[in-house]
Amino acid sequence: MFRVPELAAKESPVESAAESGPAQYVITAENLTKSYGDMTAVDGISFRVPAGEAFGLLGPNGAGKSTTMRMIGGVSQRTSGSLTIMGLDPEQHGPEVRAHLGVVPQQDNLDEELKVRDNLLVYGRYFGLPMSYLKPKADELLEFAQLTDKAKAKVDALSGGMKRRLTIARSLINEPKILLLDEPTTGLDPQARHILWDRLFRLKEQGVTLILTTHYMDEAEQLCDRLIVVDKGRIMAEGSPASLIREYSTREVLELRFGSARNATVGAELEGIGERVETLPDRVLIYANDGEAALEEVSARGLRPVTSLVRRSSLEDVFLRLTGRSLVD
Amino acid sequence: MTEPGQTTAASPKPQTGTGRAHAPEVSAAKARRWGAFYYAEQVLRVMKGYGWTIVMYGVGQPVAYLFAMGVGLATLVDSNSAAAFGGVSYLTFIAPALLISAAVMTAANEFTFPVMDGFKWRRVYYGPHASPLTPEQIAAGQIIAVTVRFLLQSAIYFGVVTLFGASPSGWGWVSILIATLAGLAFGLPLMAYAARIKEDKGQFAMVMRFIVMPLFLFSGTFFPLDTLPLGVRWVGWISPIWHGTELGRVVTYGYPEPAWLSAVHLIVLAGLTVLGWVLTRRQFATRMGA
Repeated sequence: MFRVPELAAKESPVESAAESGPAQYVITAENLTKSYGDMTAVDGISFRVPAGEAFGLLGPNGAGKSTTMRMIGGVSQRTSGSLTIMGLDPEQHGPEVRAHLGVVPQQDNLDEELKVRDNLLVYGRYFGLPMSYLKPKADELLEFAQLTDKAKAKVDALSGGMKRRLTIARSLINEPKILLLDEPTTGLDPQARHILWDRLFRLKEQGVTLILTTHYMDEAEQLCDRLIVVDKGRIMAEGSPASLIREYSTREVLELRFGSARNATVGAELEGIGERVETLPDRVLIYANDGEAALEEVSARGLRPVTSLVRRSSLEDVFLRLTGRSLVD
Repeated sequence: MTEPGQTTAASPKPQTGTGRAHAPEVSAAKARRWGAFYYAEQVLRVMKGYGWTIVMYGVGQPVAYLFAMGVGLATLVDSNSAAAFGGVSYLTFIAPALLISAAVMTAANEFTFPVMDGFKWRRVYYGPHASPLTPEQIAAGQIIAVTVRFLLQSAIYFGVVTLFGASPSGWGWVSILIATLAGLAFGLPLMAYAARIKEDKGQFAMVMRFIVMPLFLFSGTFFPLDTLPLGVRWVGWISPIWHGTELGRVVTYGYPEPAWLSAVHLIVLAGLTVLGWVLTRRQFATRMGA
């Protein structure tokens, strides 16, 4: 009896969001499907993204993340299902939907023959923005992307990280409220990735809705409020990074290496330690809430691993649990 | 690359959503209306980067050709058969043909490699594709920009022709428009083809060698088409260069031709242009919308 009001109170924000209609959710997808001939790239996925959220699509290459992004971006037609962005169907209102968005594609497609600053100006013109707005805006964005001293350089003189930052700066030229980022840091060195994350975090702080795909679990953990784990075009799980880890994994993981020849055989001898034992070709994972205790028990059984490591559970473990496979092959 | 310290350094906010940019609805409405011109603006900016090449090509080519053919070769030709070219000098005879051919050769460049660049090499089209612009507008924008180049280059060419005294008629300037139309008539079907190509296997070099060069040589460029045996003459009939050249001759020196034939030339050129444009639009929409 006492729990009823508490439950009601807990659910009311969700209800009010639902009642106020699509305006509250900037993106809604219902049974979204995309097939290319016999191949189904996206297989009936549904999700809703409220304004200001950082929402991630995590999955291995070929999971259907980019296809989903292209449909949200209004550049790819869905096979079935429904999709709205700011309450608009991108197939009926392509230009209107795209005018709301900033897009960072998986592959940079900057105009390499133009100078860095001109890339921003030209892109802003596609939105019909006047030069009186674009010139100061371009300078401001170059500052944000730490490219001010490269303003007059040709694009092909930039490093990979700089090109990526320029692409992000370009996507912000129309002051979008929704930013789509498809594998924003793939191919970048750790230093460049951290700079990018920092920039994306600032945007999030300003209330920009971020939709990003990634196959890096650390990226998803760093940036996403909520994410869906996608595999073979389907949603495997949904939630915040912490709740997914809580639900599908233990607090800690003990990683043991016995040498590639022995991992498989040792697996059986480890049964019963921790909550679950996962044997991979190169290592054995023991899921336990106390990794050190598990390691002591391994030693107590007289097993001597070549290396051992206790770490916190990550989304990688969630993915492994859900699909039986690793994220990055 | 960046300094390690920069990661944590305070930096200005990009001020998203300050309301300084006009609303997305305004962007969309403007793009629906003017999108093709927005993309044309981008292509013209890129062309400005090789503007000198365009101008030098525009001036250098006619000077070289007109001097070699129209002055050098003409001394020989004119002394032998003055009547063979309808009573005008050889220079006057070939000037409009060279003007038209130059536009067609430019078309063979501008509507091939840049299209491949847009779809495949540097994927330039996919930037604007994510903006409010549509694939059809991107295609149109590129066509508009190249049309501007045709007009500019043909105007320069015509200026040089005039300096050589090879356009006696007062209507000679119309040949600038005819050259532009011929460039589109040849270029747009080629653009539709280029937009279909997924792998570069030297198709464009083949187009130059086996289509552009034969058309250039057998389109009544250097001698009247009638002097060719009937078995080869069809090359001229299907060639935008021939249709353009004949029209060019009418306007630059009053080449006598029945009005219906001039109309046919115009219809063929306009027809190829429209056909090419329709196919290009369709191909762009298909390839970018998948």
